[in-house]
Amino acid sequence: MTAMGLAPVITAVVWRDLTLALRRRSDVLTTLFFFVIVVSLFPLGVGGQSNVLRNIAPGVVWVAALLASMLALVRLFASDFDDGTLEQAALSPQPLVLLVAAKVFAHWLVSGLPLVLVAPLLGLQFDLPVGALGAMTLALLLGTPCLSLIGAIGAALTLGVRGAGGLLALLVLPLYIPVLIFGAGAVSATVSGISASGQLSVLGAFLLIALVLGPWASAAALRIALE
Amino acid sequence: MLEAVGLECVRGQRRLFQGLSFDLAGGQMLWVLGPNGSGKTSLLRLLCGLLRPEAGSVLWKGVDVRRSPETFHADLLYLGHAPAVKEDLSSRENLYFGLAQMGIGVTPREADLALGEFGLSSRELTPARALSQGQRRRAALARLAFGADRPLWILDEPFTALDAQAVHLVMSHLAQQRTRGGCVVFTSHQEVDLAGHAVKRVQLAQ
Repeated sequence: MTAMGLAPVITAVVWRDLTLALRRRSDVLTTLFFFVIVVSLFPLGVGGQSNVLRNIAPGVVWVAALLASMLALVRLFASDFDDGTLEQAALSPQPLVLLVAAKVFAHWLVSGLPLVLVAPLLGLQFDLPVGALGAMTLALLLGTPCLSLIGAIGAALTLGVRGAGGLLALLVLPLYIPVLIFGAGAVSATVSGISASGQLSVLGAFLLIALVLGPWASAAALRIALE
Repeated sequence: MLEAVGLECVRGQRRLFQGLSFDLAGGQMLWVLGPNGSGKTSLLRLLCGLLRPEAGSVLWKGVDVRRSPETFHADLLYLGHAPAVKEDLSSRENLYFGLAQMGIGVTPREADLALGEFGLSSRELTPARALSQGQRRRAALARLAFGADRPLWILDEPFTALDAQAVHLVMSHLAQQRTRGGCVVFTSHQEVDLAGHAVKRVQLAQ
């Protein structure tokens, strides 16, 4: 028996959430398949004109990513809240803010990162050039952690509320708008042959702000939910 | 060491208690009694700092527990109404991750020894989903085996769903905590055999 420092505790929290995700693979796969299917429906519905597809691709991929991330959010704190794990986290000698950050990171690994990895493949259906595929992947890599961090605030605020899913969507989707605009903008710019570095920098800035404020606001909301 | 001064608790529209004061020295136990809905769990959550008291304060070693929570939490072992046991994790994983979140690191061997002591040997790898209610409580209570350097134990209904042998085991851990000079606060509906223990009682009214 030894006292654990901050880093091992954080690692344990991430490891626990990844283990749980692995035991409940269906939850993870639902998010991923939802994303794949929604994105794939558009080329089928719109038809084969590649110039139309190329123009709508950025928006379609990003909106699908937003909705898929909503799908996973509801579960972020709910089971911890129900089984008492969250109470224990609030009483940990380590700051709750960092435990929340660890949870959000694990959540992103299982619900955000798969979207980033599969997106280039989906982009092929829209006849996107290779450069645009790269920009899209990079934009999603910067944008999906923002979605998880912002979404965590909403998930914490709606904890224990009846009909939390619908309320969560109403609360969080408007906050996703800036990420959507610059994320889709980055891809559109590359499609029309302009550099996406401006949009990507803004997404990077969003990520930094979300990293600082997200866990802190979520932790505050969780403490209120526990009262 | 633990001191409550003029505590008042309001949940919703109901005032559960007011003007509640007591203090607990090292080596003492506090048994919180009262009918259902009298605010026993709320009192324990107030003592942990999870709830904010309507009036009054809770002091640990003279410092308000909500003032410097991280130092207070390093002294605290809390087992709540919900056992914080994950259905999809095995008993060993539950014990390991549960303790890790409290800042206590254990090796798989130490975890298995504690689980064995709590009657879960050969159940180390069973998911909690497949355990009975009492076994789940035991898996949660196995954390007590690693609570030696936590001077304050706050236990919500630790004897629920336990058989006589397990109740005896928990009692022996409480006795060890007392001889170490630690404090124990607990609630229980069951009549427990506390002969030979210095037990204070707080009775909450309906």
